Amino acid sequence: MAVEVFKDIADYLVAAEVEKREVVKVTNTMKPDLTVEEAYQVQELIVQRKVDEGHRIIGPKMGLTSKAKWDQMGVSEPIYGYVFDYMLVNDGGVLPFSDLIHPKVEAEIAFLIGEDIEGPGITGAQVLAKTQYVLPALEIIDSRYENFNFTLADVVADNASTSRVVFGNALRKPSEFELELIGATLSINGQIKELGAGAAVLGHPANAIAVLANMLARKGEKIKKGDIILSGALTSAVMLSIGDFVSGKFDGLGEVTFSVGE
Amino acid sequence: MSNKIQHFAAKLAQAEATRVGIDPITSTNPDITVNEAYHIQLENIKKKVKEGRKIVGKKIGLTSVAVQKLLGVNEPDYGHLLDTMVIENGGNISCETMIQPKVEGEIAFILKHDLKGPNVTVLDVLQATDYVVPALEIVDSRIQDWKIKLQDTVADNASSGFYVLGGKPTKITDINLELMGMALYQNGEVVNTGVGAAALGNPALCVAWLANRLADYDIPLKAGEVILSGALSGMVVAKPGDTFTARFAHLGQVSVNFK
Repeated sequence: MAVEVFKDIADYLVAAEVEKREVVKVTNTMKPDLTVEEAYQVQELIVQRKVDEGHRIIGPKMGLTSKAKWDQMGVSEPIYGYVFDYMLVNDGGVLPFSDLIHPKVEAEIAFLIGEDIEGPGITGAQVLAKTQYVLPALEIIDSRYENFNFTLADVVADNASTSRVVFGNALRKPSEFELELIGATLSINGQIKELGAGAAVLGHPANAIAVLANMLARKGEKIKKGDIILSGALTSAVMLSIGDFVSGKFDGLGEVTFSVGE
Repeated sequence: MSNKIQHFAAKLAQAEATRVGIDPITSTNPDITVNEAYHIQLENIKKKVKEGRKIVGKKIGLTSVAVQKLLGVNEPDYGHLLDTMVIENGGNISCETMIQPKVEGEIAFILKHDLKGPNVTVLDVLQATDYVVPALEIVDSRIQDWKIKLQDTVADNASSGFYVLGGKPTKITDINLELMGMALYQNGEVVNTGVGAAALGNPALCVAWLANRLADYDIPLKAGEVILSGALSGMVVAKPGDTFTARFAHLGQVSVNFK
């Protein structure tokens, strides 16, 4: 029975993404008692549907990785979603605004995983040992919900607001850096809007990947070799508008840019 | 005018001595100018120097766009650093010596040449800098409940309290000041993070601003002086028992304990 409801919710959210329109959150009237565990089941249905349609998973992404967001949402654990090939925008490329609903951008460090990582009990140090490269990224989040207004279960069901990603092209060995002290600035049209350092992500970006490995282990899943994982935002999210030129600069990792077209 | 300056200088000095904050100067004297406020600050600094304290540097405040917006201003401010404000790296501060302390992570510049405005540029600052080190600034306000406007904090020596230098002296040519990351820890937990660009886009730009602003009062920045260039992240309230550590990319770390 429950499965039917989950399918309906998945339909509802996929339609919102495809039709580029915002919808009322699921917990409003559709299923007010949706649990986080159930929300991940909805997310799985959405992910499976995209895979069946021929899309390829690039890797998981982490969300709600800062203490500030935890306090704001009243939670004590990050969330994850999945990035697909159709979501990638080239570094220096154009993001058509009309493809999205109300996009925001964040600066993140991405991990290219060199060996499978299977929880439970994984720590940040183990993640670093199994990371082949790190690279800079700009994540464009686009909640399918009105005004980004959602509960934890809502956002999990909505594939953690995942929408578009711009990866930088420079791959660096994680051992070259103290990732928690890498500074990043996020600028729009040459003006710095937000900034932060790696420690904004659970004290160290690798900690977020470790949490992911341990969360996936609860379902008997693991992080796979070749996954490119967004570890969580170093900065707050900034609203995007048509005509914006967006630049994320990362100490030692370089710059990632894109423009927002019509 | 001089009467007013001495009056408020005395009130602030008393607040510092008794550790009881006073009403904002701007609440009883809304017309006070920023220039008058700097003269109040200088009045108290001169008095302290006469009593035997030594000026060891300057601090720059209000360097973030967020803080400037909060106070409705569009330029930073500055205060004087005295020898009695120095705390050793890893040292202790008694909360009883302060009214309402808050902590910020900053980059400190130590100069090898004098810098005198006007017309000092970022390149002049980079050439005049001997090295930079990580710093914690412990600010305090002699104005009750930090209810400050620009003139209040300027008169109050830019809310200076204590400062701690740590890490390793690093040549400015070896690092990217704008993108240098910092994480501020309270009792081992990250409380906030920042990068050099948080201070007017570049900490060296703050130092250039200071050199030029001080030209208005015919004061140079001197070789050997410590310049606290401005906070890289938000102020965090300190309470007894707290340990604060700021870690900086490339520069090392600095910490202080509150008793």
